[in-house]
Amino acid sequence: MASKLKNAPLDAKKALEEVEGQFQTLQILNEEGEVVNEAAMPNLTDEQLQELMRRMVYTRILDQRSISLNRQGRLGFYAPTAGQEASQLASQFALEKEDFILPGYRDVPQLIWHGLPLYQAFLFSRGHFQGNQIPEGVNVLSPQIIIGAQYVQTAGVALGMKKKGAKSVAITYTGDGGASQGDFYEGINFAGAFKAPAIFIVQNNRFAISTPVEKQSAAKTVAQKAVAAGIPGIQVDGMDPLAVYAAVHDARERAINGEGPTLIETLTYRYGPHTMAGDDPTRYRTAELDNEWEKKDPLVRFRKFLEKKGLWNEEKENQVIDQAKEDIKEAIKKADAAPKQKVTDLMSIMFEEMPFNLKEQYEIYQAKESK
Amino acid sequence: MAQMTMIQAITDALRTELRNDPNTLIFGEDVGVNGGVFRATEGLLKEFGEDRVFDTPLAESGIGGLSIGLALQGFRPIPEIQFFGFVFEVMDSIAGQMSRMRYRSGGRYNMPITVRSPFGGGVHTPELHSDSLEGLMAQTPGLKVVVPSTPYDAKGLLISSIRDNDPVVFLEHLKLYRAFRQEVPEGEYTIPIGKADVKREGTDLSIITYGAMVHESLKAAEELEKEGYSVEVVDLRTISPLDIETIIASVEKTGRAMVVQEAQKQAGVAANVVAEINDRAILSLEAPVLRVTAADTIYPFSQAETAWLPNYKDVIETAKKVLTF
Repeated sequence: MASKLKNAPLDAKKALEEVEGQFQTLQILNEEGEVVNEAAMPNLTDEQLQELMRRMVYTRILDQRSISLNRQGRLGFYAPTAGQEASQLASQFALEKEDFILPGYRDVPQLIWHGLPLYQAFLFSRGHFQGNQIPEGVNVLSPQIIIGAQYVQTAGVALGMKKKGAKSVAITYTGDGGASQGDFYEGINFAGAFKAPAIFIVQNNRFAISTPVEKQSAAKTVAQKAVAAGIPGIQVDGMDPLAVYAAVHDARERAINGEGPTLIETLTYRYGPHTMAGDDPTRYRTAELDNEWEKKDPLVRFRKFLEKKGLWNEEKENQVIDQAKEDIKEAIKKADAAPKQKVTDLMSIMFEEMPFNLKEQYEIYQAKESK
Repeated sequence: MAQMTMIQAITDALRTELRNDPNTLIFGEDVGVNGGVFRATEGLLKEFGEDRVFDTPLAESGIGGLSIGLALQGFRPIPEIQFFGFVFEVMDSIAGQMSRMRYRSGGRYNMPITVRSPFGGGVHTPELHSDSLEGLMAQTPGLKVVVPSTPYDAKGLLISSIRDNDPVVFLEHLKLYRAFRQEVPEGEYTIPIGKADVKREGTDLSIITYGAMVHESLKAAEELEKEGYSVEVVDLRTISPLDIETIIASVEKTGRAMVVQEAQKQAGVAANVVAEINDRAILSLEAPVLRVTAADTIYPFSQAETAWLPNYKDVIETAKKVLTF
């Protein structure tokens, strides 16, 4: 029988509290659009600030239109993004064209602003291979459905960049639920062990479908999981575009200077359902919680911030909204014009050179298709 | 020409490709300084440096992801999975990711990755080292699966696998690593993937097989010859895709066939070979196509290997059933 020790050999509880104390939330803009952390203020020009706002408004409209088009049956798989504009777009805004994005399934906006044409994003949603034929020079993968897989792949892309001596980074995104996956830990740990230029973002929107973040882990923050890999971890207000930008910009600098990867947790919220495939958030989320997070809307605080600086007004915002609606209409038309997929198309993108079985089947399907 | 074991032929192929193509990278658990747990990568770190041949943390899934990411950056990764029983940890990277990359990107990205991994019984390994799991790979569209049985084949097929611009799973049988030596040409040569090899010609019965069972089948064929039967042994060499042409030509010639594999009956690729023969050459068959396989249990505790693993006696027994049907 184990006897009771007079004194614990280590104060394990205190050690944990000390770790948790190291992960304070970085915020620059509060809910009123006031700068609360001047020292951390990123160096952005007026034009850049306006461009970031433009992208966030545009993406909010894109989300609204995507939900509506999905309901009309004109889009397929769609994971709503409203609420996550600061987390998604301010992080992408801190990147360079040479940087490689490995997105999760909710991270279509980052791809669009990195160069993926809108009509291809719509083809991805509908399930057409042309949606994933990323243009040359646009350094992204199509959205990853297997939660965590993008993390281990990011370690590889980043190591590849390091081996080539490139001054670029690989960046990837997952959600709070995704931080429970083995590939999440392996990805950050590999990147750490190889000191690879990677930025790992966890967009903590508090829910993995219906499961609240408290049921994912006893850890107080996701950012502290970086400790397991021996890499820096930062928690930021994910509803604050300037804080997200600053954190990613800083992580990028460290990465291209050969100092290795960073894990960034953005505290954010999705106003919509998990996906448009029948999820009903009223089953697991209270109206109070929704209201609380709506007050934190990244668009509201950034709008206030810019208006005070005389950099934004209703007219500018309406221009963006009109432009977004126009672009979306055009993109949907272009997606409609994509040729119907044939089985022979699918066969011809399997291998560089078709093996025997596919060659044989190709002839069979070609005959069917020519009828 | 030099007399080489299969493991030496593998090392030689790796060295050849490291020299030929600066994009080739070898990595895995203990493949660097240690030269691999079976010495397959012996001396390669010293010759090519840590930038080309390096150790990784102990995590198969991470190794798979690393391969995919490096391939996206233009490298030609040759990762190693220490034992193929550990493939379950990396099933997503292999079967869920790299096999699909060309397709899912509509040809924008491709994965010139060769996953090397040992497997196979007869050497009393501990649990989950020897399992034959090639059937799982053979069922995955987008992968090619190569299983050499000789030093000569191993070198030529490995060079082809590495040069292939799509993912190849290259499975190395533990028992064959140092079982015998064979003349292997110096320098580079290739053997086409998807091409079987008739290891012994015969007219009465076709034995279609791969891996360690090639040698059991050859031994059985010798015994059967003493009884007056002429047996043809077809070594598949690639189990996905199958070399239908060679299989069917042999069956049409002999009129009788059987398939021999080390895997359990419900696993492996024997059922697929039988189905292809039934589809394409039923009118040539004098008898049903029978299979020699292991029993449908978990891979045996090491002391039970002898009783469990199929061997040449099982091949002879089944061959006689087919020959006297």
